[in-house]
Amino acid sequence: MKNAAIILWALIKGSLITARHFFTNLWFHFLRLIGIKKYRPGAVTIQYPEQTKPLPSRYRAAHRLTKRPDGKPRCVACLLCATVCPSECIIVEATEDPDPEVQKHASRFEIDLARCCFCGFCVEACPEDAIRMDTGRIDLAARSRADLVWDIDQLSRGRS
Amino acid sequence: MSETLVLLIKIVVVLAWFLVLALLLTWVERKQSAVMQDRIGANRARIFGLRMFGLFQPFADAIKMIFKEDFVPPFADKVLHTLAPFVSFFFVAVAVTTIPFGPTVRIGGTAIDLQVYDGSAGLLFLLAMLSLGVYGILLSGWSSRNRWGLIGGMRGAAQLISYEVGLGLSLVGLIMVYPSLRLSEIVAHQGALFLGFLPRWGVFLQPLGFLVFFITAIAETKRVPFDLPEGESEIIGFYAEYGGLKWGLFMLTDFMEIIVVAALATTLFFGGWQMPWLGPDGLNWPWGGHWKMASWVVVCLQIVSFQVKVAFFCWLQILIRWTYPRIRYDQLMDLGWKLLVPLGLLNILGTGLIMSLK
Repeated sequence: MKNAAIILWALIKGSLITARHFFTNLWFHFLRLIGIKKYRPGAVTIQYPEQTKPLPSRYRAAHRLTKRPDGKPRCVACLLCATVCPSECIIVEATEDPDPEVQKHASRFEIDLARCCFCGFCVEACPEDAIRMDTGRIDLAARSRADLVWDIDQLSRGRS
Repeated sequence: MSETLVLLIKIVVVLAWFLVLALLLTWVERKQSAVMQDRIGANRARIFGLRMFGLFQPFADAIKMIFKEDFVPPFADKVLHTLAPFVSFFFVAVAVTTIPFGPTVRIGGTAIDLQVYDGSAGLLFLLAMLSLGVYGILLSGWSSRNRWGLIGGMRGAAQLISYEVGLGLSLVGLIMVYPSLRLSEIVAHQGALFLGFLPRWGVFLQPLGFLVFFITAIAETKRVPFDLPEGESEIIGFYAEYGGLKWGLFMLTDFMEIIVVAALATTLFFGGWQMPWLGPDGLNWPWGGHWKMASWVVVCLQIVSFQVKVAFFCWLQILIRWTYPRIRYDQLMDLGWKLLVPLGLLNILGTGLIMSLK
């Protein structure tokens, strides 16, 4: 009999907890709806496509090729990124640059994002600060595998 | 002629109320569970950019289910397989006819009961209809010719029949207190006062009876703490071989059962359409005051009071469904036979003793 009372009390306590959540959340949803208390949402949900969570500042997102002040890519085609890449997803082909200070630039620079494991080794290896992973772009879905191979233009733009 | 017309209008209105409320409850269930769990819930269904907190979700669900294939497995019994969802739907829809929605109103000299069928054994009729719902479960499990479906149907039948006993016993005490099986009379009895200030509601006269009734009635709706017949996520239930609109009919029946249980709890234990201290000519406060009201205001207040109570019990059942985990089958049978049936008997005994001592 004492046991049954404990069980009954535990059941009532449980439903009081869920009921409390219901009423507090409903109250804050209501306050938000009529425009008071914008900062306390009624739910922890992030409504994804309309609302995004801020990424950490060092988050490794899709790659970007940085540019010199004159607009040309910084890359000097040293192949360090392609060498260090554990997924072997970076293809760089070098060509001669007319500028004697630069000597070489990449004629072809492709990253297969379908293979990339986003380890950031290429960014670490680059001596010229030519590649960064700071686009903040995480929605990388594509219709085909070929669409995920980004060429030098797409990488320079940061967004395809 | 006019009586038939009035009856037809009442049937249509009650059925519309019932189905619309059941459709709305699918939305309420989603939203309420979401709010309880700090989520937002279904809010993407929209018409012309109008979202309305996801209120169009039931329509989206209905459209989805209509356009699904109406599938009958080749090994199933085609007639019974098609019949089963309609059987369970029909008996629940019939059960609601005995619920009184309000007092007798007079329109142009004719008295109209706000109740479709006021049988002299209305309570027994209602219980019988609720019991017949078990045929829908058993038929769907049997006609699927699927072993797991059959076992699920058997589980459902065993559970429902076991809890019928407790349900029936919990109401015997009530019938002793309000000596009638006619639901309109039971409600009328609850309008009087008890101990001078409390309304003479079933829950104050029969608290133990209400407890047993409510637990068994939730078990009758076969929803989560007691959802062993279907067990949507883990165990395969009786409608494993159903899809599309027939499956939707089973789900709709579940929500309709919630409404029937809420209406039954309101009618039997919470005074039905009676509002506390509201007489036919206005509010009579227990401390002596009197507010005069027109009779149509009183009728409206009483109808609203019924709806509010039903809404509260629907809310409570959804809260229970999203709070407690499912119990094991042996625990289910223990609870039914070893706790609720003895408590129901004890309630009858106690009620009889108190009534004979008075």
